[in-house]
Amino acid sequence: MGMLSQAIWTPIVLGVLILAFGRDDKAGLVRWAALFSALLSFLVCLPLYTHFDNSSASMQFVENMPWVLRFNMAYHLGVDGISLWLVLLTSFITVVVIISAWEVITERVNQYMGAFLILSGVMIGVFCALDGMLFYVFFEATLIPMYLIIGIWGGPNKIYAAFKFFLYTLMGSLLMLVALIYLYIQSGGSFDLVVWQALPLSARAQTLLFFAFFAAFAVKVPMWPVHTWLPDVHVEAPTGGSAVLAAVMLKLGAYGFLRFSLPITPDASQQWAWLLIALSVVAVVYVGLVAMVQQDMKKLVAYSSVAHMGFVTMGFFMFSPLGISGGIVQMIAHGFVSAAMFLCIGVLYDRVHSREITSYGGVVNTMPKFTAFALLFAMANCGLPGTAGFVGEWMVILAAVKFNFWLGMAAASALIFGAAYTLWMVKRVYFGPVVNDEVKQLTDINAREFFMLSLLAVAVMVMGLYPKPFTDVMNTSVDQLIQQASVSKLPL
Amino acid sequence: MIDNFSWVAVYPEIVLLIMACLIAMVDLWVTTPRRNLTYGLSMLTLASVAIIQALYASSGTTLYSFGNMVVSDAMGNWLKCFATLAVMVTFVYGRPYVADRQMLKGGEWYTLTLFALLGMFVMISGNNFLVIYLGLELLTLSSYALVALRRDNGNATEAAMKYFVLGALASGFLLYGLSMLYGATGSLDLSTVFMAVATGHVKHQVLVLGVVFVVCGIAFKLGAAPFHMWVPDVYQGAPTAITLLIGGAPKLAAFAMMMRLLVDGLLPLAIDWQQMLMVLAVVTLLMGNLSAIAQTNLKRMLAFSTIAQMGFVLIGMLSGVVNGNTLSAANAYSSAMFYMISYVLTTLGVFGVILLLAREGFESEEIADLAGLNSRSPLFAGVMAVCLFSLAGVPQLVGFFAKLSVIQALVATGQPAAVGLAIFAVAMSLVGAFYYLRVIKVMYFDPPLTAATVSAGADVRFVLALNGGLVLLLGLLPGGLMALCANAVVQALGS
Repeated sequence: MGMLSQAIWTPIVLGVLILAFGRDDKAGLVRWAALFSALLSFLVCLPLYTHFDNSSASMQFVENMPWVLRFNMAYHLGVDGISLWLVLLTSFITVVVIISAWEVITERVNQYMGAFLILSGVMIGVFCALDGMLFYVFFEATLIPMYLIIGIWGGPNKIYAAFKFFLYTLMGSLLMLVALIYLYIQSGGSFDLVVWQALPLSARAQTLLFFAFFAAFAVKVPMWPVHTWLPDVHVEAPTGGSAVLAAVMLKLGAYGFLRFSLPITPDASQQWAWLLIALSVVAVVYVGLVAMVQQDMKKLVAYSSVAHMGFVTMGFFMFSPLGISGGIVQMIAHGFVSAAMFLCIGVLYDRVHSREITSYGGVVNTMPKFTAFALLFAMANCGLPGTAGFVGEWMVILAAVKFNFWLGMAAASALIFGAAYTLWMVKRVYFGPVVNDEVKQLTDINAREFFMLSLLAVAVMVMGLYPKPFTDVMNTSVDQLIQQASVSKLPL
Repeated sequence: MIDNFSWVAVYPEIVLLIMACLIAMVDLWVTTPRRNLTYGLSMLTLASVAIIQALYASSGTTLYSFGNMVVSDAMGNWLKCFATLAVMVTFVYGRPYVADRQMLKGGEWYTLTLFALLGMFVMISGNNFLVIYLGLELLTLSSYALVALRRDNGNATEAAMKYFVLGALASGFLLYGLSMLYGATGSLDLSTVFMAVATGHVKHQVLVLGVVFVVCGIAFKLGAAPFHMWVPDVYQGAPTAITLLIGGAPKLAAFAMMMRLLVDGLLPLAIDWQQMLMVLAVVTLLMGNLSAIAQTNLKRMLAFSTIAQMGFVLIGMLSGVVNGNTLSAANAYSSAMFYMISYVLTTLGVFGVILLLAREGFESEEIADLAGLNSRSPLFAGVMAVCLFSLAGVPQLVGFFAKLSVIQALVATGQPAAVGLAIFAVAMSLVGAFYYLRVIKVMYFDPPLTAATVSAGADVRFVLALNGGLVLLLGLLPGGLMALCANAVVQALGS
């Protein structure tokens, strides 16, 4: 079995085993088994990085086997510089999420842990799939575990959120399904992405395909104005669900733009880039302002996710190496930072059972260690130099200034909004005098929480101070992608 | 070929007939309340018939017999094999339920079901208008009696009455259409009719009028809107074990009937019946999905969902011939066959769980009765969820590939109307996802109404787990079943 198959199937198989044999009266054992499984899945992914050849733009660790012969579908896997870090991010976040659930989840522990492990494998599958239908199957299969995670362990309005999540994202991706079938027929019976990338398509076909892909990926990213599901879902999802949703699931959509829209419909992408950039700017500026007025911490971070993902899509559609690399770096950085932000909210929520900013104040007095972490992640969220959040946004802003000064200006101004809403929340929650008895009785984080947050803190700092390993990996792949996206595929 | 009176082609039917009669008589001396001997004999019969059919099917030969009246080809044999397996599963799931409701007082449940299966076999093997009609009547007459098996139950009796009246009407439609085709072509034999129609010398108006009635009859049996009225009432009113029987295996026979009549017999008229099927498909998808949303009774909701699923089968059937060109026919019809088989597999799982949840004096047929099933029995909730997600067409389950293949067949016709219908079907499957998700929501997110654990025999648990596992496995590796359907349909078209 190839390395990528191991990366995909290790968590899925172990997750299914935990699901099948775990029981609530042996919850302790289930937790350790889940942690072991997540760590093993992470270790299985590590050789992908150490054996990765930075100088090659082609797909690596390729596995290609026939899957469904009748439709010529293949079990075709591979990673390049664009997807490598996303695979690693997924398995890393899974470890963190499993630690985060340790004492919090007491009911149906095996189902919770199993769902996250299976979800992790399925999401890695999305990043590795090189067959259109394999991609789609993995892409959609993420819905089932997430639906159950939100619906079973979510907040008071969980059912609304679970349905909104499922139906909203299914709606987008069904249009992509029609597009995939169209491409299958146009290409004479192939689902291979490489074949599709070389397939000449008329301008009209490209436009239709582009918007079908757009429907699927923009909802997932989510881009303004189809972002409305995200705040609702985040608010109701359990902490782990929010962390995985923000850290990895949103990236599935952004990744889809890079794998499908840009290389398969390059002319339409160039033609409609203005629209995508315009929507991204709205996300960055307007949604940033919306975030500022939120009363609910999770909603605030959710809107801030929309704004940060706006940088990602903006970077992609400027068609410059700096923009696309910046977008990818921002994806990974946001993966670490948003997971950390949600886990911090989870730490507070576990103690006080409130997400309202007004329920807190002066937390630093009772939880100094925790506040140090929270502050670090907040700084990363506003893109302070030296943290992960800075690198990607800086690259995108540089690219934007080159592309169009006013666009760069607008993007840069968004950094100010980011700082404003994050720091204002930090001020109201953590600083100042202790506001009520609940805050007075807070206990600082225990060893488990300390360990969990320090894992993320290390990731955030390392990525901010030494981003070279992240960018080196992707350079050649990004150059190749830009080349693909700039060659017209219109039939002569 | 005419003087070929080989018995080999009908061995399975003969075995089934003899054993059904034998079991009916043996049962007179069986006194145990659960009729273990009758059950054992029936299962043995079914198992041996299934094995014979599988051997026939995998040998890949096509036999005509009784002066071309019956045919034994790969498609028919596989369908018969799957129908037999479906009936076996029905027996396993249904036995505790039927026994609890005093429906085993006589052995009729077993014998009538075997006769119904025999009817399906005849329908599937028929190569002649009348033989197909006879098979259909044998199936439906047995089904009417089965629905009415619980005489003292008002709902069941009402359902049986509705089923009988509407079913008889449908049979009348079908027979009327067939007689018109007979009048126009002078033959009841499918291949002769095919040839006669293909010459183009037969009066077109008469043929088309006949086709209209035939299509109406088929739509009735399939439960396609606007001929779907009986489906919700019968599904809801019949005892659940009988609903399982009606909703499972006979769909395979209905598919075979559609293939025999419309494709083997009337393919030259495809341009006419494809248009009718397209109208039916649109109305069926719309009616089935929208009505299912409003239901609170689980069996009734599943009835409407069945109607909606039949819309997808029709989509497969109407994509075969493009501008008189039959190149894509095998692709389209095999996709419809794959859809039907995966639908039956999934339906068995869904009704199996409903059957298990029913207890003495409690039917468990409201959606709310499933509340908190996950905490009462994770296995059953898991099987139900897998089957419902599959019906909704979520990837990695067999239902997704079923929908994918029919929609692919539709888009491959390349006509603008087809692409429009594809987008409509996809939108309707989104509507469908809503009501399936609602049931899953009730099972997983709502607190249980009772703390009673769900108990079931080891055999039922095993078969149910196998059923759910197959839905999942065929979703991961659908290639084998797809190839089987494709080969079977290619052979059926070639002969």
